[in-house]
Amino acid sequence: MSLLDIQDLKTYFTTGRGTVKAVDGISLNLDEGDSLGLAGESGCGKTTTALSIMRLLPSNGQVLSGKILFKGIDLLEVEEEKFRRNYRWKQVSIIFQGAMNALNPVFRVGDQITQAIRIHEEITKDDAWSKVEELFSLVGINPKRARDYPHEFSGGMKQRAMIALALACNPAFVIADEPVTALDVIVQAQILELMRGLRQKLGLSMIMITHDLSVIADTCNKAAIMYAGRIVEQADIMTIFKHPRHPYSQGLLANYPSIKGEIKKFAPISGRPPNLISPPPGCRFHPRCPYADEVCKRERPKIVEVARGHYVACLKA
Amino acid sequence: MSKGLETLISIRNLKKWFPVRRGFFQAILSGEQQYIKAVDNISFDVRKGEIFGLAGESGCGKTTTGKTILRLLEPTGGKVYFEEQDVFSFGKRELKEYRKKAQIIYQDPYESLDPRMMIYNFVAEPLLIHKIGGLEERVADALERTELTPPEEFFHRFPHELSGGQRQRVAIARAMILNPEFIVADEPVSMLDASIRSSILELMFKLRDELGISYLYITHDLATARQVCDRLAIMYLGKIMEQASIDKLLANPLHPYTQALIAAVPVPDPTAEKSRAMIKGEVPSPIDLPKGCRFNTRCPYANDRCIKEEPELVEVDKDHYVACYFPLI
Repeated sequence: MSLLDIQDLKTYFTTGRGTVKAVDGISLNLDEGDSLGLAGESGCGKTTTALSIMRLLPSNGQVLSGKILFKGIDLLEVEEEKFRRNYRWKQVSIIFQGAMNALNPVFRVGDQITQAIRIHEEITKDDAWSKVEELFSLVGINPKRARDYPHEFSGGMKQRAMIALALACNPAFVIADEPVTALDVIVQAQILELMRGLRQKLGLSMIMITHDLSVIADTCNKAAIMYAGRIVEQADIMTIFKHPRHPYSQGLLANYPSIKGEIKKFAPISGRPPNLISPPPGCRFHPRCPYADEVCKRERPKIVEVARGHYVACLKA
Repeated sequence: MSKGLETLISIRNLKKWFPVRRGFFQAILSGEQQYIKAVDNISFDVRKGEIFGLAGESGCGKTTTGKTILRLLEPTGGKVYFEEQDVFSFGKRELKEYRKKAQIIYQDPYESLDPRMMIYNFVAEPLLIHKIGGLEERVADALERTELTPPEEFFHRFPHELSGGQRQRVAIARAMILNPEFIVADEPVSMLDASIRSSILELMFKLRDELGISYLYITHDLATARQVCDRLAIMYLGKIMEQASIDKLLANPLHPYTQALIAAVPVPDPTAEKSRAMIKGEVPSPIDLPKGCRFNTRCPYANDRCIKEEPELVEVDKDHYVACYFPLI
């Protein structure tokens, strides 16, 4: 049984200009111990997927249909109170994008984390503090620094503190939303090393959301590529990077800059991602796809398993 | 490619220090004014038709270098020669002429475009400032060259009606309209999505090849630098640590910092070696620079000499410069 099995999830937002079909029927699965990279351009629905799993959608967002099976239980069916008590942070946890800048400047970093722990677990303040110190050494911060204020932390340390916060209630599954995006390359390498280490040490399963394909090749064992609210391809990273079948994945990878290997010529994908209020009918990639024909304009491609563990949503693949 | 060896712009011992603001009591109590040495004595040349890259982590002084070269910031010391003319001695009129020849493209096209200005007015503004006529034709031409076609369709639009990639094209069109010879491109694609990024870089290439424009390409991303640059300089805390042709620099880095930077870049290939953090910690404060080599606090090879003396940038191989007492040869 998969640890997480998302089936045909639809999450829409109501806005003044119309309904944004941010996540429009995605299916995704990962096994225990997997680290799945969820890639795609801005606005393709990566973060909405994460917030749907965490049940933390803003008030104008709503899951319309689908299932999010976690260890066989549909998280969307669990009562809110029970979800809060037993699942959110305890079993499924998230490192929010840019959260390192959301630390409250007037409280000590340790205080902010103990507070979070004590909301979820009935332990004394002292025990919570020792838990924080334990977490800090786990993520590579000197435990004494828990008494510092956020401005005394560097960018990398703040991000480590956010990872500590996500791990505070010993979750089995963590979503990391662009965890290294704002960091410089050496600090990024330090954080990626930490995350690879934690995954091994704690046996964590992860979804790593990123727009950077090289981060996925570097830290994940599986990858899913999203485009305009849908998943176009999912497979293990070898297959995704070496034998992508979807024209969008192929286009992205064909001109993805790399510091090693042959220097790639520019081969931009023409056009730009669609507006998700009125997305194109049929395959959403068809206006930009070099292989598209009449059928692609009409028919929505289903995601099918083309080889073991390799899923593609394309009528031409 | 029209890459010659002819120099377009020379930077010599350029310095830009920002005074640290102090409170009244601090000023009385501690005598010495402190400075952030954002750019601290750097020299390099950009050749005609070349894309010269300036790379480094945030706060290393790469943007300050670009702005000071254009005199968008006044220098603390050093010289910049544009076609052998001393840029820092320019009076008002000469500076205006210089601005025609040397332009800038900023990082964030969501902030660099005036939200209340129609595209036509935004792109035409430099022509008005320099009292150049034939606006409509020139604007249409600039938009066409940056592949915003048909141009008339963009004239009366506002920035919010455009995508990020289109906005960056508008910014490039404005930078191009006076037919400059030199453009400082400050992280021109770092805010853009992957599928858009390469089309903007391709455009920069095309303009270089067609019009012979030279670029100073400022970036933190070595992978895109590899795609576009001819030569690259690596900056750390206001200094150039290493400079060479892009191929040499990436294949054979001699400075421990360059080596660490390269090892830290993840590769979009699961069979490649994983990214590594060869050095610990983060960049120290630019106010309180380490004595000697400014990299010594993080360098795995540092010894006594590195703590006492600061190494100069020296040529160790043809056109390959490194500022290190113990280059990794």
